[in-house]
Amino acid sequence: MGLGLSLLYFIVILGLGWIAGYLPFMKTIFGTILPYVALLLFLVGIIARIVRWGRSPVPFRITTTCGQEKSLPWIRQNKLDNPSSALGAFGRMLLEVLFFRSLFRNTKAEFKDNEKLVYSVDKWLWFFSLAFHWSFLIIFLRHFRFFTEPIPSFVTFLQNIDGFFQVGLPIIYITDVLILAGLTYLFLRRIFDSKVKIISLPSDYFPLLLILGIAVTGVLMRYFFKTDLVAVKEFTVSILSFQPIGSDLLAKLSPLFIIHFTFVCTLLIYFPFSKLVHLGGIFLSPTRNLANNNRMKRHVNPWNYDVPVHTYEEYEEEFRDKMIAAGIPVEKEE
Amino acid sequence: MKLYDGWKIILGLIVFVGFFTLPIWLNLSSAQSKVKPQLVYPKDAMQCVENKDYMNHYHMDLLNFWRDSVVRMNVRYIVRNGTVLTHNGEKLEMSLTLACLKCHSNKEQFCDQCHNYLDVKPYCWDCHVQPKGGLK
Repeated sequence: MGLGLSLLYFIVILGLGWIAGYLPFMKTIFGTILPYVALLLFLVGIIARIVRWGRSPVPFRITTTCGQEKSLPWIRQNKLDNPSSALGAFGRMLLEVLFFRSLFRNTKAEFKDNEKLVYSVDKWLWFFSLAFHWSFLIIFLRHFRFFTEPIPSFVTFLQNIDGFFQVGLPIIYITDVLILAGLTYLFLRRIFDSKVKIISLPSDYFPLLLILGIAVTGVLMRYFFKTDLVAVKEFTVSILSFQPIGSDLLAKLSPLFIIHFTFVCTLLIYFPFSKLVHLGGIFLSPTRNLANNNRMKRHVNPWNYDVPVHTYEEYEEEFRDKMIAAGIPVEKEE
Repeated sequence: MKLYDGWKIILGLIVFVGFFTLPIWLNLSSAQSKVKPQLVYPKDAMQCVENKDYMNHYHMDLLNFWRDSVVRMNVRYIVRNGTVLTHNGEKLEMSLTLACLKCHSNKEQFCDQCHNYLDVKPYCWDCHVQPKGGLK
């Protein structure tokens, strides 16, 4: 059910992009207004989400402890999986964000011969999601060659590494292969693994389909149905430097490019409202980004009432004469 | 309104927005963002081996096909409709240097215009001698 619905959404957006590629009127709207709407919604949406998360108090440290806690001096602490200092928490976050450390611990449970439940190591999800995420980042950075003039030097560096094997012409990028492999795995996993399928919603399938759409149209344009890249770059640079876009320039953009562009704008708009904000959310996960120092530091609930307290020292100060007179022991004689 | 760990969150947001809008700042701060490729076409132009639209989009495929034909199959001449194409009475070879560069002799004003604009680094010149006017 979830798959059907998200396929429907996907096809509607594909159709809109396709029609816009042929209708000058729609092309003008998709080429001049849509990108600004998308950029604005993306940036404002993400900031709003992060600020909303930042406003929730974190009174108590709820770190997941994946190793030995800091304890007696002769018990060795696992500083990365159960950090007690800010530095340790930073290291843990670094491994989480860059290498998906918690996903590396992924296991699977399966019935063997239909009777015994067996748990085993499963690294495939970790591998393909890491491949997908890194490829997406590198592909985004490589696209800076269409975004700016002059082109930053890191683009050339990335292109050289990415096309290291010099296979084919235009040279096939390693990340192009990896992103398609990664997305295909992540998508098929939701369809063929019944345990994952039963918990999958349209909001799980749709982002995969959308990014798959972006990657496939991009690959088609690079290797098979070439588009006028000079026009494409003039178009994107005009958008990103707030210059007007002429209708003769729009006419040079191929329908396939308009589909690619529509998918990208859809992704930007959809991003802050969907599970994809884990881009920012990962940094704010309280089970990972906090030091496990509950026993070392006092954490006060910020919503506690301001209760007037009467400490023992103040109590003794007030009643000292009477206590001494009654023979009750006091901490300070005078 | 209180933002817990406020400075860290604000710093993170500044880095994120700054990085994501980097192309905008780069374009606005550089006058070069308005420069577009200016191709100089040969004046005494005979017809190209393919039409302009095809060459614009697929010249790399054509050159790759030529390379494979010559180097791997030993098929050397450009054949169109069963006859070998000629230029000034000479048979036209499938060759960057002996065909393309005969008319498009200035690399800097032709090849490099779009290639530099799009950061394309073709490895033609790993083997071929660079024509004058484009030596770097």
